[in-house]
Amino acid sequence: MRRTLIALGLVAVMFLGLSCERRGAGTGGGGEPIKVGVYLDLSGQTSSFGQSTKNGIEMARDEINKAGGINGRPVELIIEDEQGEPGKVTTVVTKLLRQDQVHALLGEVASTNSLAAAPKAQEAKIPMITPSSTNPKDTRVGDYIFRVCFIDPFQGEVMAKFAANSLKAKRAAILADFNSDYSKGLTQFFKQSFTKLGGTIVDEKTYTQSDRDFSSQLTAIRSTNPDVIYIPGYYGQVGVIAKQARQQGITVPLLGGDGWDAPQLWDLGGEAMNNSYISNHYSIDDPKPEIQKFVTDYKARYGGVAPDALAALGYDAMRVLADALQRAGGTDSAKLRDAIAQTKNFPGVTGTITMNAERNVDKPAAVLELKPAARQFGYKETIYPDNMTPPTTAGASPAASPAASPAATASPAAATQ
Amino acid sequence: MDYFVQQLINGLNIGAIYALIALGYTMVYGILRLINFAHGDVYMVGAFVGLGLTKLLGYTTSIPGYNADTQGHSLWGGLTLVLIGSMVGAALVGMAIERFAYRPVRKYSRMTTLITAIGVSLLIEYLFVAQLGSAQRSFPSLVKNEAFNLFGDVRISMPQIIIFVISILLMILLQWIIYKTKIGTAMRAVSFNLNSAKLMGINTDVVIAFTFALGSALAAAGGVLTAQYNPSIDPLMGIITGLKAFVAAVLGGIGNIPGAVLGGLVIGVAETMVVAYGSDIGLASSYRDAVAFTILILVLLLRPSGLLGSTVQEKV
Repeated sequence: MRRTLIALGLVAVMFLGLSCERRGAGTGGGGEPIKVGVYLDLSGQTSSFGQSTKNGIEMARDEINKAGGINGRPVELIIEDEQGEPGKVTTVVTKLLRQDQVHALLGEVASTNSLAAAPKAQEAKIPMITPSSTNPKDTRVGDYIFRVCFIDPFQGEVMAKFAANSLKAKRAAILADFNSDYSKGLTQFFKQSFTKLGGTIVDEKTYTQSDRDFSSQLTAIRSTNPDVIYIPGYYGQVGVIAKQARQQGITVPLLGGDGWDAPQLWDLGGEAMNNSYISNHYSIDDPKPEIQKFVTDYKARYGGVAPDALAALGYDAMRVLADALQRAGGTDSAKLRDAIAQTKNFPGVTGTITMNAERNVDKPAAVLELKPAARQFGYKETIYPDNMTPPTTAGASPAASPAASPAATASPAAATQ
Repeated sequence: MDYFVQQLINGLNIGAIYALIALGYTMVYGILRLINFAHGDVYMVGAFVGLGLTKLLGYTTSIPGYNADTQGHSLWGGLTLVLIGSMVGAALVGMAIERFAYRPVRKYSRMTTLITAIGVSLLIEYLFVAQLGSAQRSFPSLVKNEAFNLFGDVRISMPQIIIFVISILLMILLQWIIYKTKIGTAMRAVSFNLNSAKLMGINTDVVIAFTFALGSALAAAGGVLTAQYNPSIDPLMGIITGLKAFVAAVLGGIGNIPGAVLGGLVIGVAETMVVAYGSDIGLASSYRDAVAFTILILVLLLRPSGLLGSTVQEKV
C-alpha cells in the first residue's frame, strides 16, 4: 500500500505548477473589522463567474477601506470556494455563518447555488445579497435575502421581445439546461412572452451539464426549421453547442442570457458564436461616466481584462451592502436588513438600484451581439421592464444611445412598446 | 428518412467512442476478471495529454481562422502526433496504475481489487481537479472544421469522419494484435487460465501490463477524437462516458471484444434515438443517460452474459 501511495505521489508531481490563491483581507480604518462572507465557485464548472464576481467585490472592498471604511470600521472579506456544487455551498455557508460569524453574506452567481445558501442565511438571520442570481425563487426564501440584478421573468421577456421585434422571428426552438433553475426560469418566461408576441415555439429540447454531445438535439431542432434558437445555459456547454450547431449547418441566430458572459466562450465556441445575441446586465460600451470609470479602474487593476457583467454586479453588491451598513450604523442584523431593504436610487454601475418589496431590483437589460473575432460583446439595444418608464430623450439616457455603438438598431421606446 | 439517417450518424459517432473505451474494460476483465473503474479516467488523462501536446506543438488556441500549417506543422501531421503521443502517454499511465495499484492486491479477493479500482478512479479525478480546477478547457481543432453533404439533407462533419475512420483502423489493429502476434496469443492464453499460462512459461505480468497499455491507448484515442468533436475537456469528463462504456462492455458480453464494439454502437444509437424520437412518446431528451442504465439492468436480468457473450466464447 505504501508503494501505491509513493507511485501516486509521483503522478502528483507531474502536475506541479498551478496553485490556488487564498483570501486576502484588506485593512482600512482603525475599528473592529466588519466581516463579510463571500461564497463563490472559484474552481468549478462556472469558475469564470466566481472569479469575476470576486474581482468586483475585492475592488469595491479596497475602495471602501481606502475611503476610511464604514463608520471607521474596515471591511474584511472571508472568501470561500465551493466549486459550484450545491452540496458544498451548504457546508461552506454554514462555516461562514457559524465559525466565522460573518455579519453579511455575498454570493452566488448560479441560482441553484444561491438557493442552497439562502435558507441557511435566513435561518441565521444574516442578510445575504446575491450579486447575479436571476431566478425569482432565490429572494422568496425569506426577508433576509436580496439581490442587485434583474430577474428571469424579465430576462426571458427581453430576449423574446428582441427575437420577435428586432429579429422578426416567428419560430423559436429552445435548448435548455435540464438541471439548472436558471435555465428553467428563462425557458418558461421566454416561452410565455414569445407566444404572447405572436411567435411559436417549434421545439424544446434539453441537455445536462454532463452531456458531451449535443448533435442529436441539434439535428432534431434543425428539422423543425426555427428562425432563432434560444439556449438559456452556461458558457461551458453553450460554446460546444454553437460549434456543433454550425457544423450541422444551422445558421440562424443563437440567443442566450447572462450565463454566456465569460471569456472562455470565445475559446470554446470560436467563430461559431457569430450571429448570436444575449441579454445582459450592462454593456461596457455604455458611455455613462460611472460605467466608464469602473471599466477603466477595473482594467488598471486586473491587467487590462475588461469587466464582465458578473464583475460589475459583484462590485455593485458590495457597494450596496456598504451603503446599507453605513445607514444601519452598525452590524446589528435586523437593522442591516432594514437598511438594505430601504436602498433607494443607489447609483450602481449596472443601473440605478432600488429594492422593491420582493427584495429584487427593477433594472433595464442590455442586448449584446457576440463578436468572436474581437472576443467582445457589442451593444445592440436596451430593453426596459414594463413597470419602468424609459427616459424619453436620448440624451437623458446614455445607456440607450451609446455613440460608440453603430450597431444600435432600435430605440428603447420602440423596444418596450 | 434523412432525419433518421442523420441521427443514426450522430449515434454511431458517439457509439464509436464508447466502443473504443469499452474495449479496455472488456480486455482487462477478460484477463483479470477485474472491472477497472479507473478506465474512464484514463480516457480523460488521454485527452489532457493530448491537450498538453497540442500546446507543445504550438496549437495555442482554437481561434477561428487559425492555420496550423503556418506554424510549421501540417494539420494531419499534428493530429497523428497528438493522437500517438496521447496514446503512449495514457498507456504509460495505464501500466503505472496496474503496476502500483492492482498488482500488489491481485492475490487478495476480487472485492479488494474492485475497491482499489474505485479508489484509483477517485484519486485520478480529484488530483486533476485539485491541480487544474474542474472548469472546461477548450481543445484546439486539429482538423478543418468543415462539413459535407452526403445526400439530401444529411451532413457529416470532418471530426465525425475522423472518428469513424480512426476508430475502425484501431479496431482492425487490435484484432490483428490479438490474433496474429505472439503477445496476442499470450493474452488469449492468459484469459483462458492465468495459472496454466504461467505454467506454460508465459510471463503473465508482462501480458497483463500489455493489456492495460493497449486498453489505455484505445481510451486515449477516444479522448482525443471526442475532443475534436466536442472541443471541451475537463477532469470529470470520464465519469459518465466511462460508465456508459462499461455498460456497453456488459451489454456486448464483458470479456468479448466484438461484443464491446457492438455494445458501444448500440448504446450510442439508443441514446441518440431517445433524443431524436423521445418527445413523440413523451420522453424528454434528458432521459438519454437513463437509457444506458436501463439497458444495463435489462441485460443483467434477461441475458447476463451479454449479447455476444457465452460461456464457451473465448475471452480476451
